[in-house]
Amino acid sequence: MSIQARFQLHRGDFSLDVDLHIPSRGITALFGPSGCGKTTLLRAIAGLERCPDGFLQVDDMQWQQGKTLVPPHQRPLGYVFQEASLFPHLNVRRNLEYGLKRVAVTKRKISLDRAIELLGIAPLLARKPHKLSGGERQRVAIARALAVSPRLLLMDEPLAALDVTRKQEILPYLESLHRELDIPVIYVSHSPDEVARLADHLVLMEAGRVSASGPISEMLTRLDLPLAQGSDAEALIEATVAEHDEAYQLTYLDFPGGRFTVAHKDLPMGTKVRLRIIARDVSITLERQSNTSILNIFPATVDEIVPAGSAQVTVRLLAGGVPILSRITRKSAALLDLVPGKPVYAQAKSVALLA
Amino acid sequence: MSLGEADIAALFVTLKLAGLTTLILLLLGTPLAWWLARSKWRYKFLLEALIALPLVLPPTVLGFYLLITLGPNGPLGSLSQALGGPSLAFTFTGLVIGSVFYSMPFVIQPLQNAFAAIGNRPLEVAATLGASPLDRFFTIAVPLARSGFLTAAVLGFAHTIGEFGVVLMIGGNIPGETQVLSIAIYDHVEALEYGQAHLLSGGLLLLSFLMLILVYAVNRRFFLVQR
Repeated sequence: MSIQARFQLHRGDFSLDVDLHIPSRGITALFGPSGCGKTTLLRAIAGLERCPDGFLQVDDMQWQQGKTLVPPHQRPLGYVFQEASLFPHLNVRRNLEYGLKRVAVTKRKISLDRAIELLGIAPLLARKPHKLSGGERQRVAIARALAVSPRLLLMDEPLAALDVTRKQEILPYLESLHRELDIPVIYVSHSPDEVARLADHLVLMEAGRVSASGPISEMLTRLDLPLAQGSDAEALIEATVAEHDEAYQLTYLDFPGGRFTVAHKDLPMGTKVRLRIIARDVSITLERQSNTSILNIFPATVDEIVPAGSAQVTVRLLAGGVPILSRITRKSAALLDLVPGKPVYAQAKSVALLA
Repeated sequence: MSLGEADIAALFVTLKLAGLTTLILLLLGTPLAWWLARSKWRYKFLLEALIALPLVLPPTVLGFYLLITLGPNGPLGSLSQALGGPSLAFTFTGLVIGSVFYSMPFVIQPLQNAFAAIGNRPLEVAATLGASPLDRFFTIAVPLARSGFLTAAVLGFAHTIGEFGVVLMIGGNIPGETQVLSIAIYDHVEALEYGQAHLLSGGLLLLSFLMLILVYAVNRRFFLVQR
């Protein structure tokens, strides 16, 4: 099952020209600088932006074929705008019910109570929107979109209008949606951090066009893409909780390239988690170091090397087939004589557990 | 001192005229104001200017053209006669038609502004929540423009009560039929009946002031809540 979208749109200086094919499960992030057309694409998918020559198919539903299109109010989708945009004349409960009431009873998959519970907004139901904080408003807006039991959830930078504290307040809710609901999400963002935490699939956009699209861990570590070239280049690794070490208060996580050691995290065995390793924190040795405080050391092979600035290089390593990035000096690369195919050891100084 | 029979009749004619005019303007003006607020038609400004004309035109000018249109030889007057009715000049129906034109900007403009102030976003949100265009209009646009409706209704009503020149031109001064308060006041002053003139003028002054207080008080509360 997948989502296929082809849109062309010209408006003054801006033109959107995309032909997109993405999986219809998990979270797909549309990522790119401001003004690259992410929001316009999302609006076209919702039917809020008219593209006369578009084509849009979501699983078995054809939403647009040229000039024939299903109007937005007949598409089973949820849309979360950048500003919460709650209806000011309705209290929280009636905001939530607004969409729910317009969905046929047989098509309701998510109950109102479930949406309220997932976003933790039960104490707010009787309040009017102007009595809520920005973060609370956005949570209500997300619950309102979920309450229509959407077949596709569209989110347009839902955290961008919030300060850092509020962002941290909402991210866990988004992560739990991801874990607990089987609704495909298209998530517009220009924050690498949000993308790393939430996305399964990444669509990179630039000047109205899709420049690359693929699974997140692959996209983050592709050296021909801008993500791996920035100073905050990083790799994401899917791992499973394998063991807890009570004595040292540690948790062991398995991935195809070996076993990670992280500070204890109270998660059941077998839980799938996402690890982030920043390229600057990964060093390379030719032999396994034994006299080191670093615990996370994996055998790997060098896959590709590209310059990063004048003094540094980014090295793409494969550990059990899983890509990891390392940012080292050009001099180190020369001293170690790194070339593609060479077996090495990757040492990760720090690893962040994302979810 | 109390109101004479003719004055009471004038009061009823006035209230009936203002009420009917306001009702008609709200019914016709709401879709028109909605269209004006939403349309991107490039010549929209021509229509807006036309609607605003009564704001600046001497009422006698408007009244003169209405008289010609509604009179036995005018298009509307002869149409009415062809349908077996009277010529519309010097009738209550004629007054209503005249008042609708005369008070139109006072109803259309607040509505148009209120609709425009809602913006696109709430309507788009409603669309993504499954509301059809008509559904969106009644469940989102109308409630969010409620202060605009109040302003439009009160201004339309109050302005019609204060009408003088147009009524004089097309309504004449038939007691119980087309004689309204403002003209009754004029008659009292002409006849040097200052007591009666005071009573009616004072009453109108108070009524108008109270209605405007209502509009401003509600709008103030409304805007405070919005923020």
